[in-house]
Amino acid sequence: MTEQGNLLEVHELKKHFPIQQKLFSREHAAVKAVDGINLTIREGETLGLVGESGCGKTTAGRAILRLVKPTSGEVRFRSNRVPAAEDDGIDVAAASRSQMKILRREMQIIFQDPYSSLNPRMTVGAIIAEPMTVHGLAVRRDRQSRVEAALAAVGLRQEHMRRFPHEFSGGQRQRIGIARALVLDPRLIVCDEPVSALDVSIQAQVLNLLEDLQRDLELTYLFIAHDLSVVKHISERVAVMYLGKIVELAETSDLFAQPKHPYTEALVSAVPVPDPDFHADRILLEGDVPSPIDPPPGCAFHPRCRYAEPICSEQIPPLRDFGGRHFAACHLAEKLTLQAIDTGENTSEDATDDGGASREVA
Amino acid sequence: MSRVLRYIGQRLLLTIPMLLILLTVVFLLLRVMPGDPVSAMLGGRNISAEVLESYRVRLGFDKPVFAQYGEYLGGIVRGDFGESLRTGKPVLQELFTRFPATIELAIWGMLVAMIFGFTSGVLAATRADKLTDHGVRVFHITSFAMPLFWLGLMFQVFFCVKLGWFPVAGRIGGRLAFEFQSITGFYVLDAIIHWDGRALLDILSHLVLPAITLGIALTGLQGRMSRASMLEILDQDYITTARAKGVPERRVVLQHALRNALIPIITVFGLQFAVLMGGAVLTETVFSWPGIASYLVRSIEARDYPAIQGSIVFIAIFISLVNLIVDIFYSVIDPRVRY
Amino acid sequence: MKLGRRRQSLAGGIQQAPIATGDDLLQVIDLKVYFSMGGAGDIVRAVDGVSYDIRREKTLGVVGESGCGKTVTAMAIMGLVPSPPGKIVGGEVLYHGDGTKGVVDLTKLRARGQEMRAIRGNEIAMIFQEPMTSLNPLFTIGRQISEAILLHRAISRRDARARAVELLHSVGIPLPEKRVNEYPHQLSGGMRQRAMIAMALSCNPTLLIADEPTTALDVTIQAQVLELMTSVQRDFNAAIQFITHDLGVIANMADDVVVMYLGRIVESAPVHDLFHHPMHPYTQGLMHSIPSLVDRKERLIPIEGVVPDPSEAPEGCGFEPRCPYAMDICRAQAPELQEIKPGHTAACWLMDERYQEAATDD
Repeated sequence: MTEQGNLLEVHELKKHFPIQQKLFSREHAAVKAVDGINLTIREGETLGLVGESGCGKTTAGRAILRLVKPTSGEVRFRSNRVPAAEDDGIDVAAASRSQMKILRREMQIIFQDPYSSLNPRMTVGAIIAEPMTVHGLAVRRDRQSRVEAALAAVGLRQEHMRRFPHEFSGGQRQRIGIARALVLDPRLIVCDEPVSALDVSIQAQVLNLLEDLQRDLELTYLFIAHDLSVVKHISERVAVMYLGKIVELAETSDLFAQPKHPYTEALVSAVPVPDPDFHADRILLEGDVPSPIDPPPGCAFHPRCRYAEPICSEQIPPLRDFGGRHFAACHLAEKLTLQAIDTGENTSEDATDDGGASREVA
Repeated sequence: MSRVLRYIGQRLLLTIPMLLILLTVVFLLLRVMPGDPVSAMLGGRNISAEVLESYRVRLGFDKPVFAQYGEYLGGIVRGDFGESLRTGKPVLQELFTRFPATIELAIWGMLVAMIFGFTSGVLAATRADKLTDHGVRVFHITSFAMPLFWLGLMFQVFFCVKLGWFPVAGRIGGRLAFEFQSITGFYVLDAIIHWDGRALLDILSHLVLPAITLGIALTGLQGRMSRASMLEILDQDYITTARAKGVPERRVVLQHALRNALIPIITVFGLQFAVLMGGAVLTETVFSWPGIASYLVRSIEARDYPAIQGSIVFIAIFISLVNLIVDIFYSVIDPRVRY
Repeated sequence: MKLGRRRQSLAGGIQQAPIATGDDLLQVIDLKVYFSMGGAGDIVRAVDGVSYDIRREKTLGVVGESGCGKTVTAMAIMGLVPSPPGKIVGGEVLYHGDGTKGVVDLTKLRARGQEMRAIRGNEIAMIFQEPMTSLNPLFTIGRQISEAILLHRAISRRDARARAVELLHSVGIPLPEKRVNEYPHQLSGGMRQRAMIAMALSCNPTLLIADEPTTALDVTIQAQVLELMTSVQRDFNAAIQFITHDLGVIANMADDVVVMYLGRIVESAPVHDLFHHPMHPYTQGLMHSIPSLVDRKERLIPIEGVVPDPSEAPEGCGFEPRCPYAMDICRAQAPELQEIKPGHTAACWLMDERYQEAATDD
């Protein structure tokens, strides 16, 4: 059931990868890359999905688009094109092949690596036109004009159509990838770390382009990244993932002003801020990010959590609603007052001041 | 350690289906040849139909194909490769007698390849794009392209006949051949055991040319491979780290880089061995070396059907075993495979 | 400070004689490193006249994007520039050591010679970006660290190994006695980087050059490693040259900063001055274009254009094609570094009074 205004609703999405069994082995282990996530994205909104390596954010993005087949769960998308879609959308995870083909026009992806995501043997024009060819859309003349429009939209010139990817810089290649994603008039675009591989001075160009396109074409973004500063800049809401689960989900300003999960707190405090006078108590986590093959029992974060209590190792905390579209998966969320960060925005009155983590135990 | 054992166990088990396929292919190959194998064997001589038929029965060709296949496999498992039509002796026994000769030659051939090929490849990589590098690369291509039998014959003509430096053929010189007691079948080893300097010299002089001839093709192959492998390794980050620690360049190459560069070469060692066996056919023929490869050639010339089949099966099984050993060795060398 | 050139062998390591913190440890003077690519005699001026000072026990941050020459500069100091095709064609690198043996010009030493090798790894150590590939996969961690020690100290193998365990402990690796026998692929990225730091510190260097040491790490691991580097700097009395593109990390770690662009230094200042009063248009552009956690920017202001290829360096100011304030003189001639304020230099014609009127006219 989709709420009014939700373009995408994900329910308990799971993706487990069984591990290659060696001969004679009796283990049936699996990499629980995505282990039951729930999220919603409103139309026209940008949801940032953030986390460190192994958290499952890239797999989540692909599972939502069904580029990998989900192990279980639902991905409800309010499609405009699929004839059978009810008011509450269609489940992408269970759609038929013909439905999928239609859905693909509405859901696109931009990849991280501008160097490997473009076929080096195809001209730029061919790359951008290919989605149309695949979907049997538009006759030749139309295709041409749509490619030109897409190129113009991303700030490239017509003559670039005849060139090959290796003749372009990283930033330009990323623009080509964006043009390719736009050419079918999608509604939802999953941006999988679109600026991580780019030089700092180019990142801003691409980020601005993405923002402009969102405004002009009424796009909805799922923005996956590991760089919290970038995610904060571009997203209205942010979901924090850890070891296959969402540990916190909130409006961007709320996430930073009133974090409710210790991992969010640690993650935010770890980001180096480009201001030498800024001093936060940096929270240092012990140890490494654990492996998704063998997650710790109970709350996956508890071995590294400085507030952990016995219940944390026994029960998996559910993602609970704290009002104002702010969710967190922590047994102790009510008790803790976590260190917030002043993001320079006007935040709500309940904002805690920056500096110093305090802990109230009920 | 148990990880290594488990790995070995897996590989051993995988060898069985591989051998099965191998043996089946050999079986089919020999029967796919056009014409009647029996008359081909007896080579167009004027033979009466009854003699032909008796041969056919004797060799089992009258039975249906599946029965032949079953007997064939059963025989191999029992160690019965049939009897040579030429000599009448059991094929397997003959092969075992000649086996050490081929192995000895192969080992020396491999040594030649490693000394000239591998080391030159490594050298070329450390002096990439300089004159030494270009010279070595020419050397590699030349040796790889050289036809074995031609080289062997040229060696014989020049070094044996013209210059008289080396004997033309065989493993050991005339009179010594009668006196020499072989214990292991490996003459060099035996000469050392007997502490017989004269015999040793004679044996080595017989080995030189065949070993070089056999090793030459592999020299080019190994040379190119080791050069490429070394170049790739020298480009790696951990080599820069080693230099950054202050490790002298020689040690960087010989300790840090070499071991890593060897890995891909060891991996294809089994393949190289197959090349070696192929080369042995030509080399043993040219130099009249009494190994299993020359036995195979003679059997083919004589249409000695069981011997042909037996030799091919023997060589095939042997190469598979070599590959298996290489795989196991590989897991010992590269810790990433084990853990 | 005398600039004598007595070149005694420094093999065997030196005891740190008491010298003042903040004195010059290493002076790079007008360093030029050129690469000849291809047969056509194309010369790439990777480092084109770079000068800076590293002070004892202080951290110098070197900031720049890809192709700016920051890594090549470090390699030149270490004598690790690959010799065909690269070559140090000019300039000096004056190393003061412990002050007792006079000053050595590192560029004049044979890169693979004994003197340079006695310094490399012993007095000046380097750690690299990719922990995954920077350690030899076939040797144990212990062996690789011991090797570093045994190269420069006359101690027994057993003692070297014991020291390796100590070092692993001091960089925060748990169970060092066990880890010392493990292979690199058995350790996580963060652990590997710590092991590399341990290896670099093994001979008590006076200078540690860190080339993007945390770029490939997750942000919470990065925080750990940066914290570690700060504390080892204190404990080992080492200076650090920290190379990175991340302005946030620079703000946290550096005392002084140099900004590089296309093989030249465009600005140099103490860290506070740089962030509060950036002078060069490139530095300003960088700061405006990156999203920050503590700053709400409605819109990022990107630097126009692309990061140029070092083989296509223009004659005049390298930044001119992208500079919003470009003047005619900028295209014609490259500006020199000028001191704007005490300790704060920038290479820009805008700083030159003669051209300031022309700038305000635009």
